[in-house]
Amino acid sequence: MTRKQRRLTLIGCSLVVLAFAAGLVLYALRDSIVFFSTPSMAAEQHIAPGKRFRLGGLVEVGSLVCRNNGASFEVADGGAKLPVTFTGILPDLFREGQGVVAEGALDASGTFRAETVLAKHDENYMPKDVADALKKQGHWKDDYDAKLAQEIKGKSCAHGDG
Amino acid sequence: MIAEAGHYALVLALGLALIQSTVPMLGARWGDPALMNVARSTALAQFLFVALSFAALVTLHVTSDFSVVNVYENSHSLQPMIYKITGVWGNHEGSMLLWVLILALFGGLVAAFGNNLPLSLRANVLGVQAWIAGAFYLFILITSNPFLRIANPPLEGRDLNPVLQDIGIAVHPPMLYLGYVGFSISFSFAIAALLEGRIDAAWARWVRPWTLMAWIFLTLGIAMGSYWAYYELGWGGWWFWDPVENASLMPWLAGTALLHSALVMEKRNALKVWTILLSILTFSLSLLGTFLVRSGVLTSVHAFASDPTRGVFILLILCIFIGGSLTLFAGRASSLKQGGLFAPISREGALVLNNLFLTTACATVFIGTLYPLALEVITGDKISVGAPFFNLTFGPLFVPLMVAVPFGPMLAWKRGDLLGAAQRLMAAGITALIAFAIVWAWARGGSALAPLAIGLAVFVVAGAVSDLAERVQLFRVPPRVSLRRAGGLPRSVWGAAFAHAGVGVALMGIVCETTWNSEHIAAMRSGDSTVIAGYELRFDRLKEQQGPNYRELVASFNVSVDGKPLGVMTPSKRNFTTRGTSTTEAALLSRGASQLYISLGDTTSNGGINVRMYYKPLVLLIWFGPVLMAFGGMLSLSDRRLRVGAPKPARALRGLQAAE
Repeated sequence: MTRKQRRLTLIGCSLVVLAFAAGLVLYALRDSIVFFSTPSMAAEQHIAPGKRFRLGGLVEVGSLVCRNNGASFEVADGGAKLPVTFTGILPDLFREGQGVVAEGALDASGTFRAETVLAKHDENYMPKDVADALKKQGHWKDDYDAKLAQEIKGKSCAHGDG
Repeated sequence: MIAEAGHYALVLALGLALIQSTVPMLGARWGDPALMNVARSTALAQFLFVALSFAALVTLHVTSDFSVVNVYENSHSLQPMIYKITGVWGNHEGSMLLWVLILALFGGLVAAFGNNLPLSLRANVLGVQAWIAGAFYLFILITSNPFLRIANPPLEGRDLNPVLQDIGIAVHPPMLYLGYVGFSISFSFAIAALLEGRIDAAWARWVRPWTLMAWIFLTLGIAMGSYWAYYELGWGGWWFWDPVENASLMPWLAGTALLHSALVMEKRNALKVWTILLSILTFSLSLLGTFLVRSGVLTSVHAFASDPTRGVFILLILCIFIGGSLTLFAGRASSLKQGGLFAPISREGALVLNNLFLTTACATVFIGTLYPLALEVITGDKISVGAPFFNLTFGPLFVPLMVAVPFGPMLAWKRGDLLGAAQRLMAAGITALIAFAIVWAWARGGSALAPLAIGLAVFVVAGAVSDLAERVQLFRVPPRVSLRRAGGLPRSVWGAAFAHAGVGVALMGIVCETTWNSEHIAAMRSGDSTVIAGYELRFDRLKEQQGPNYRELVASFNVSVDGKPLGVMTPSKRNFTTRGTSTTEAALLSRGASQLYISLGDTTSNGGINVRMYYKPLVLLIWFGPVLMAFGGMLSLSDRRLRVGAPKPARALRGLQAAE
């Protein structure tokens, strides 16, 4: 093989691998990314049942019902509410009145079946997506952090706290 | 006083960095040895001052001096001593100080042990190091000064983030930074080579040990972080494809590619331009990682910082260094002479293939990490790119790489014999097939994917073993001769075999854990028992106790198998009063490489508690693999050829003519 042929082999191989990777990336980006929405966005967009998305908002005060191996609650963003059911253990920091992000899909009855539930990580933190969405809708108040800190005693599924 | 002294020491280090970034480089231009030698003393002095500054911050944390903001925000007088010390880097300012400390340490090491380097190369390398150091000193002093005082000192601190109050933080960030920042050395060498317009096999020989050292630490650091997340976060997950994790994975992938391409350059004087580019890219990805984690652009468990001025500053550093180095590369790369030729089927060819797949895999991680950020900036749409994306892209790219791994060491330099290599890998291939058949039969139907992946993992491990067996001519010569040959093998050969086997071992752990782990969630009261994967867990009792700066609820479980008691597991939930947050401390019980894992949820109204139980088969292999890889790296690092590092004129030149 001449120098030129060798170089061409090399470049050819690289292009094949790169094309393969590009194909994979495009395919994966089409099918496996998850969009974020709040209850009011979900109501506007008429998301089809079964389509996975991330739901973010605040856990509505007074909506939490604990069951033996899970819970149901409502997620609200000031504009709309969406009922959520979840099987499993809620995170340590899950409280009524707190920010939450749940990933899952709507079922036929319009209830959001969450597969994972993430709560805020500490008293200063609110999931970024939630904070941004609330700000956009004008529900964000500057004293929000203070309000959150007050509400840290909100009901959870922990016995003795509620 | 101590805070001011620490601050002042950092300012002095900045001054030294400014001298070091100009004088030696001018000296190298003008050929003035006196000016070039300035680099050595300034690099050592710089390390001394940064170390003093760091020691000052440690002292402030240890003595709980709450008049300093950083101590107030991240420490508590009741905290155990170890977390007072580790709390130094458990926050933005302190961890940046650790970053520059390690940068200065590497600069000092080059200054102290780089006596066999040509004077001008050393001057340029240290000069470039000083540019990086200077930029980050400025960053700390302007945006993230850890030594700021509070006007009215409070009596008590706000405590370290409870998730970070774990032994993992003592080891994970320093390891990770030793890796991240260690790649700055290969970057500086690459820039110095471009500045001098000269690069040869000796250059690769100097760069390789530094890259290898950084790579070892990064490997251990990532593995350590993954194990930490596994037991601390209480979900039993060990890799989340979180942007912060990806930020450390990208330099690792590029660094692994760099190790292999530097090998080609050292041995065969080929792939020069590519090696230089990889050195630049690897450290650029380290800088990108620092930006992602430190600027608060991502909000996740790891990202503590959220001040936009910091983000803009690091972005500026990022643009200047990456842009500058790539511009220099574009201008100078063509002047580097091309080296040895090789056939596509050869050791070089195999290493090129390795580089191709590693860098492509790195690119997919890059896209998956940055695409959501870019999309949000451009269109405002919020998406999350999670595990499904990475499994779909990263996985298929790693499979051919894994298949190729055992072939690489079997091929000869310059022109290899694929058929011969395949014949020598016959035993490994048959072992893999048997493993596949056994696992498939054992799993009874189900997807063939997992058994295939296990087969692949076995192939990689067996391939590494057969490479060694080939070299010592096992079973073909008397055992004593084999043993003598084994003793005579270069340590780098052993190192490569261990590192490659480590990849296979890690893959095995990953496949077993993800495919056959069992999970069981139940609300349990004392006296209840449950069975998971043949292990009986009996919930004994729940008790409350007081820790140094938290209250904890401890549950004890008696574990038995077939009625034989194995031990007691005590998962707990800790409530940290100062921050009002709680953490879950999982309990682990190892059975060989498999683990039982229990973590606690909330208490229920009828006096019970929600319990999450997992059985994770062979999960420990996931971290044992990287330890093997790092061990292989250390063996290779201790190879006599690298230590002596006497640059020999490249014999490759003669080989090159013969090849044409």
